[in-house]
Amino acid sequence: MEETKKRELMAFAVKIRMAALEAIHARGSGHVGGALSIADLLAALYGGEMNIDPRDPKKPDRDKLVCSKGHAGPAVYGALALRGYFPYDELRTLNRPGTRLPSHCDRNKTPGVDMTTGSLGQGTSLACGMALGDKLRGLDARTFLIVGDGESDEGQCWEAFAFAAAKKLDNLVVLLDWNKRQLDGWTDDVYPMGDYEAKFRAFGFDTAKVDGGDVEAIWEALERTRKGEGRPFAIILDTEKGHGVPEVAEKVMNHSLPVSDGEFERWTVRLQAELAALEG
Amino acid sequence: MTEIVYTGELDPRLCKSVLGETIPALAAEDPDVIYLDADLMSCIGTGKWAKEHPERAVNCGIAEANMIGVACGLASAGFKPIVHTFGPFASRRCFDQVFLSGGYAKNDITVIGTDPGVTATMNGGTHMPFEDVALYRTVPGATVIDVTDPACLISVLRQCVDRPGVKYIRVGRKQYARVYSDSADLPIGKAVTLREGKDVAIFAAGIMVHEALQAAKTLEAQGIQAAVVDLFTIKPLDAEAVARRAKETGAVVVAENHSRHGGLYSAVLEVLAENCPVPAACVAVEDEFGEVGPQDYLQERFGLTAGHIVSQAKAVLARKD
Repeated sequence: MEETKKRELMAFAVKIRMAALEAIHARGSGHVGGALSIADLLAALYGGEMNIDPRDPKKPDRDKLVCSKGHAGPAVYGALALRGYFPYDELRTLNRPGTRLPSHCDRNKTPGVDMTTGSLGQGTSLACGMALGDKLRGLDARTFLIVGDGESDEGQCWEAFAFAAAKKLDNLVVLLDWNKRQLDGWTDDVYPMGDYEAKFRAFGFDTAKVDGGDVEAIWEALERTRKGEGRPFAIILDTEKGHGVPEVAEKVMNHSLPVSDGEFERWTVRLQAELAALEG
Repeated sequence: MTEIVYTGELDPRLCKSVLGETIPALAAEDPDVIYLDADLMSCIGTGKWAKEHPERAVNCGIAEANMIGVACGLASAGFKPIVHTFGPFASRRCFDQVFLSGGYAKNDITVIGTDPGVTATMNGGTHMPFEDVALYRTVPGATVIDVTDPACLISVLRQCVDRPGVKYIRVGRKQYARVYSDSADLPIGKAVTLREGKDVAIFAAGIMVHEALQAAKTLEAQGIQAAVVDLFTIKPLDAEAVARRAKETGAVVVAENHSRHGGLYSAVLEVLAENCPVPAACVAVEDEFGEVGPQDYLQERFGLTAGHIVSQAKAVLARKD
């Protein structure tokens, strides 16, 4: 990967974090931890990997994103706003009455959101249907499916993964956000799921495990999914819940947090400095 | 042209055969129609066609929640999914998926739940949904149909394919008494008056339409004129027809192959309470689970016969002013 592209994606990830925090702070609280853990992934996807056109959000042959961990909506909205799907200032309407930006993703409200999610597990099957639909229509398009590690407690996920392998959906890319925490604490304490990569391999997936905070590693793993060979892909993203904002990452219970004015200012100043270093 | 051809005789067609012919026919007519099943294709005669048309039929295995999600994902891509499994698995088993991935997300799908209520016979209590209508009625924008006979099944299935929202069709796989002519056009949401009568109105759906028409004959012999109205569309209910018939007769009996809680009886009472509170009673399943047995035994066991309708009609007449 070229250094300029890498720095561009790293900067985009920082901007997505700032945008997500902007939205959540405007509302006063929200799902901070799990939004921050997928910022680098979203930067790679919306920073060049996905075939999309913000001026034509519904073009049929676009690559699609299903953020099945729908509570990470603010991070997705950040990426979409930065790509020009809607005005950046609209981020501050998160969860306000009548908003187009509800806490959980809604395909009927937000330009650029491809699927409604929020009830954990359901996005997995929806993504399978979308990928199958593209295949049946002969479209060269991928469906990217972001699943939380806590979310994978839901049995529906594994029904869907079995389906993806059985139907040879090699245009489906599962992106497992292995941030190791869920609402009640560490996943290994709450509900240990074991080795995700081994599980996906056993289900018949082509797998990879990468540092989910490293845009270059993510980018390279995603590049491999451009050409399917009969098997769906699963990329295990080794991430940190709250990544990029140390004060958040240090809190074990960081699924949903209030964000005070003081915190928002401190975190933003820090992220701005990071951005300046990348863009300088 | 809809003609009422009821004689009490069974229609020679099995409804499973009608499904096995109609689903492929709809797929042949519309390239967006796609059929999904949960390992029960052989039960409705679609298996052979599905094997020959793998691009039009998806066997999702015994995983109903995923099947609904996949259907909804296909709907978001412009397909018109028709999903089939047995009634309990088409309702309870995947209700959250129907509600959110379907209704809330505005992914329009048609769900066929076979063997509703006592028509599940030998599969018994685990397979006998008395609550599927109650569940689906709570999905905003949903259409809920209890099929009357093969002609009704064909007519509603054709309409459901292009109808917005979540559509739920409950239908037994065996024979039904023939009520409508083959070419019947039965607009969804429109009640059909099968018999006029001034003394009491019997609102029925599904297998209970035949029982209601038999009951009306018995009542006539006893000097009681019963109107019989087919409410095959339970949602959206033809509230105007319900209120009008209730006003005309001043007494109502509702007959359904379903729990008395949340189904057609509840839907009718909601209309009566707000428009014309008249004495009403039901012939429906009490607060009970299903059990195994032949259909005639089960209809007797759960009180779903013409005889029960006659008794309830007399009971409401006694309560009339």
